[in-house]
Amino acid sequence: MTFSRKISEALQEAAVRLPSDVLFCIRQGREEEARYASDVASITSLAVFDAILQNLEIADKKTLPMCQDTGMFVVFVDLGRNCPLIPATIEKTINEGCLDAVKKAYFRHSVVSDPVFTRNNTQDNLPPIISWNLVDGEGLTIRVLLKGFGSENCSSVRMLNPTGGPEAVIEAVCDIVRLAGGKPCPPIFIGVGIGGTMERSAYLSKLALLRDARTVHPDPTYAKLEEDILTAVQALRIGGGGFGGRVTALHVAIEEEPTHIAGMPVSVSINCWADRKAEIVWEGEDA
Amino acid sequence: MRRIQLPIQQSDLLSLSAFDQVLLSGTLYVGRDQVHSRLFDLLERHEQLPLKLQGQAIYYMGPSPAPEGFSLGSCGPTTSARMDSFTPRLLDAGLRVMIGKGPRSVEVISSIIENRALYLQAYGGCGALYASKVKNVKTLAFAELGPEALLELEVEDFPVVVAIDSMGKSVFAR
Repeated sequence: MTFSRKISEALQEAAVRLPSDVLFCIRQGREEEARYASDVASITSLAVFDAILQNLEIADKKTLPMCQDTGMFVVFVDLGRNCPLIPATIEKTINEGCLDAVKKAYFRHSVVSDPVFTRNNTQDNLPPIISWNLVDGEGLTIRVLLKGFGSENCSSVRMLNPTGGPEAVIEAVCDIVRLAGGKPCPPIFIGVGIGGTMERSAYLSKLALLRDARTVHPDPTYAKLEEDILTAVQALRIGGGGFGGRVTALHVAIEEEPTHIAGMPVSVSINCWADRKAEIVWEGEDA
Repeated sequence: MRRIQLPIQQSDLLSLSAFDQVLLSGTLYVGRDQVHSRLFDLLERHEQLPLKLQGQAIYYMGPSPAPEGFSLGSCGPTTSARMDSFTPRLLDAGLRVMIGKGPRSVEVISSIIENRALYLQAYGGCGALYASKVKNVKTLAFAELGPEALLELEVEDFPVVVAIDSMGKSVFAR
């Protein structure tokens, strides 16, 4: 199999079936909501979880995209400094893989070439958004989010005061999630990027969404912050579908980096429950 | 779980309350951002619409392409708030039922009360589930908009929740 074919197959699969960590969080969220299902808000939010699980079953059985918004391709390339494939080849391979998946898995054409004036549909969901990251070694790993825009429209950046501490971060995330309300198809996954510059924090918030949703941050202070954010977000009582249930978010992941003495950029990427992601490792295939 | 036939009877519409879970069967029109903008402009210019809005239901949706053997691809709701600025004009013109996801503006809620209309929420992201509820699809107008074209659907047991009822009671009010 060529590498572009491998990319295409992973993306086709991602549009139809959720990865096991995401499924785990949805099932766990359903159980938690079920414990409260005595008031009408929780009962209705529980119905959302049941519709999601039924939807996933039908998508799997019929090989249909689980959601009509098959998203925009957000691609992260971890390129080994000694990888024998050159970036031009890798870029072409990614484009070919994306295009093939769009055709074979009946992705919706959701990308326009000009954002303001013509808004002409590119008719193939290209271009993907590609971020390049150089790493040690000879390997090549590609990670992709199929990013839906109902939730992306609710994502946001806040430039916080450098002395704000964890309280300011929690407050900012809660404010963004509160504003999002029922719009991003809750229950949601929350990626938080902290530090760097404005655009770097946004990039980190997307990287955070790629982390295995069964894991916590390796640094205990940040793991605690993830937990505190999750607790604060659940207290907002947005719930599945925005109906007011207990489970608004299914997971919070933080990525942090050094920043300037004068600031604390915080970005929040919101993803709907359909946290569609794929990881493709190059194993020496032809491009 | 209530079963409701579309186009909706006034008595059914008035009897539904926020949080009611409902199964819809019958005719649904499909239109999202661009269709709303165009219908709004046609109404402003007093020109003829490609559909009769009176008493009808509109679903905010843009499907993924239909694989072979399917009448429609994945077809879950899109975010309703983007239609808010056009909605009161459409309700004044006779539209009665809207299906989408997420909260609506204060202006839309007032217009829902004034016009005795209904806002239903479909389960967000559940496109494959909704594809299994669509029996027939027809493109009515604006085919050039691709996934944003104005469609007419026949649906059966299409699951929704009453999000804002005709009295203006909303599931999103906290």
